[in-house]
Amino acid sequence: MIHLQDIRKVFNAGKPNEFVAIEGVNLAIDSHGAIALKGPSGSGKTTLLSILGCMARPTSGRITLQEREITSLPERFLTEIRRETFGFIFQQFNLIKGITVLENVMLPAYPNAENHASLKKRAMDLLDLLNIGGKALAKVEWLSGGEAQRTAIARALINNPTIIIADEPTAHLDTHLSAEFMEIMRQLKQEGKTILLASHDPIVYESKVIDRIVEMRDGKVVSAGGGP
Amino acid sequence: MGLMFMDAVVSQRLDREFVRERRAIVRALTLTDLCLFTEARYTRHPSMTELHTPFQDHPMALEHFPSGSIMAVPARLYPPAQQ
Amino acid sequence: MKALEKQRNILDFTLSSLGRRKGKNIALVMVYTFVIFLLASVLFFTHSLKKEAALILQDAPAMTVQRLVAGRQDMIPMHYIDSIRQIKGVQSVVPRLWGYYYDALSGANYTLMVNADLNDRAGEIIIGNGVSWRSAPGKRNNQGLQKNDIIPFKTYDGTVLGLKVKGLLPFASELVTADLILVSETDFRKIFAIANDQATDLVLQVRNAKELPTIAAKITQIHPDTRPILRQEILRTYDAVFDWRGGVILMVLAGVFFAFIILAWDKATGLSAEEKREIGILKAIGWETSDILLMKFWEGAAVSLMAFFMGIFLAYLHVFLASSILFAPVLKGWSVLYPHFRLTPYINAYQIATLFFLTVIPYTVATIVPSWRSATIDPDSVMRM
Repeated sequence: MIHLQDIRKVFNAGKPNEFVAIEGVNLAIDSHGAIALKGPSGSGKTTLLSILGCMARPTSGRITLQEREITSLPERFLTEIRRETFGFIFQQFNLIKGITVLENVMLPAYPNAENHASLKKRAMDLLDLLNIGGKALAKVEWLSGGEAQRTAIARALINNPTIIIADEPTAHLDTHLSAEFMEIMRQLKQEGKTILLASHDPIVYESKVIDRIVEMRDGKVVSAGGGP
Repeated sequence: MGLMFMDAVVSQRLDREFVRERRAIVRALTLTDLCLFTEARYTRHPSMTELHTPFQDHPMALEHFPSGSIMAVPARLYPPAQQ
Repeated sequence: MKALEKQRNILDFTLSSLGRRKGKNIALVMVYTFVIFLLASVLFFTHSLKKEAALILQDAPAMTVQRLVAGRQDMIPMHYIDSIRQIKGVQSVVPRLWGYYYDALSGANYTLMVNADLNDRAGEIIIGNGVSWRSAPGKRNNQGLQKNDIIPFKTYDGTVLGLKVKGLLPFASELVTADLILVSETDFRKIFAIANDQATDLVLQVRNAKELPTIAAKITQIHPDTRPILRQEILRTYDAVFDWRGGVILMVLAGVFFAFIILAWDKATGLSAEEKREIGILKAIGWETSDILLMKFWEGAAVSLMAFFMGIFLAYLHVFLASSILFAPVLKGWSVLYPHFRLTPYINAYQIATLFFLTVIPYTVATIVPSWRSATIDPDSVMRM
């Protein structure tokens, strides 16, 4: 589904603090399944994840998504692809403070020009599904860690993406909540979504949910992992 | 905003009688100016003020009435180049 | 329809997002409202005065002729009347007698004017509203001067001439008559020692208003020491007098306005780290740069429109219902006697549009422009936070 070909990403190119985040990455990711990017911090997991999620452009190399070459697409189309294909769960959840859980969940769908009422209904259904429907009208800063995580998941799902991307999703969760997160991921995988996780937490990459582990070190893929 | 315009229209209609009355008085008494500032003759009757007003006290006289700074200087008093 | 849904969704988020920084936004709206309030007050006030002047002074004399001596207005000899009357097109020439009288008792300047109706009623006066209030300091129960009260006038040689109030000018005419005292010709000449063959100026009626400039030219030809003033000039004077671009109020306003610009600039350019982070999140979850600018546009528009409507509404109340109390100290100036007239509200769409373009548009633009820069940040910056 996604093919990466000789991807290289350089930050601060040409400046004294230039550094190469990833280099020579070739990776093919099939649909349906859960893949974990494993590696110590600074190994390039996040950079690779953001390139996979069309958030950042590689300095060189080619990316094809569903047989479509997207490296050279203009920003607008990349945004559209990102919105429709990917659902993101960030390390800090990155919920927008001061507004309600419901509004946070609805946010990614606003540019789609969906009818407000039907969007609201879909968001409520998602929250109910994740068992936090009761908190829909609460402000996000009053949420517990687990509730914030579910809100973030609901937000990632609102546009019905085919791929879920999560960067260190368990970094701020205790063991119990981490297990719960993986359980939700399992259900999503069962529904046919592709899951991409970056983590150095054994709870994640040793989980049965994960079908394939891609190991990274110093910006290079050390082991592409053919499967469990 | 709509209310404002409505109030304005209504007030204008109500005040029409007063305006007529004022006009009648202006005609009857041959008045030439509004009674806005009474401190100096060039502020009480600006339209009757002679052309030499800037020099009425002495050639370097500076304007010292507050109302003088609200009222604009008549264009005819500027040198031609500045008009 | 779809585009409308999108606008609605984004506006929805903007409004709840404004609610988050309540304190900051309320403060901003208040300052903004105040600026618009001041601007609109000046605009409403001057416009209404101009309009009122233009309406009322249509009936001012078609031409006034005054005589100048050494740069000062002087008495005009009565015999000028005959020569002027002979000019073709002149319908009538009437001498006016008027002048200023300083009343030491009340400390106010009055305009003394001869009225033909009083000519066979020497000893009687008719007073304007301002005079009636000002000249009765000793009066009890806060009443102004009444009929048959006597005002003492000090004549040129120091003797006192008591004149009896025989009537009051209608309250509604206060805008033109507040400081007027109408006297008989006999009393006027007695107070100021003006010879019988002299008048203050002459008032002309002409058959055809188009001939006014020709007649004026002829008058200055016959009497080079005179200066004719046309009604058109009077109207023009009033149009220019309250040209709202000039004056003290605007100087003060300019200060307020610049302070506001600095505030708005600071608020708009200095996107806080929190706001930048939010823009990053929105981009990451699939908002386009244009969506973010749209949101910022709504944010600027919401703040400035709210302030705009509130400011204009308050200004309307201030100028037309509260008689511009805030401007009163400036307007009163050195006048002891000040007419408290209530202005007829003359407002038009043009004024509102002027204010709109002066305030709402620049502010809205000022909020969008800086977001442009941060809206183009790479969305993956959120991943690294």
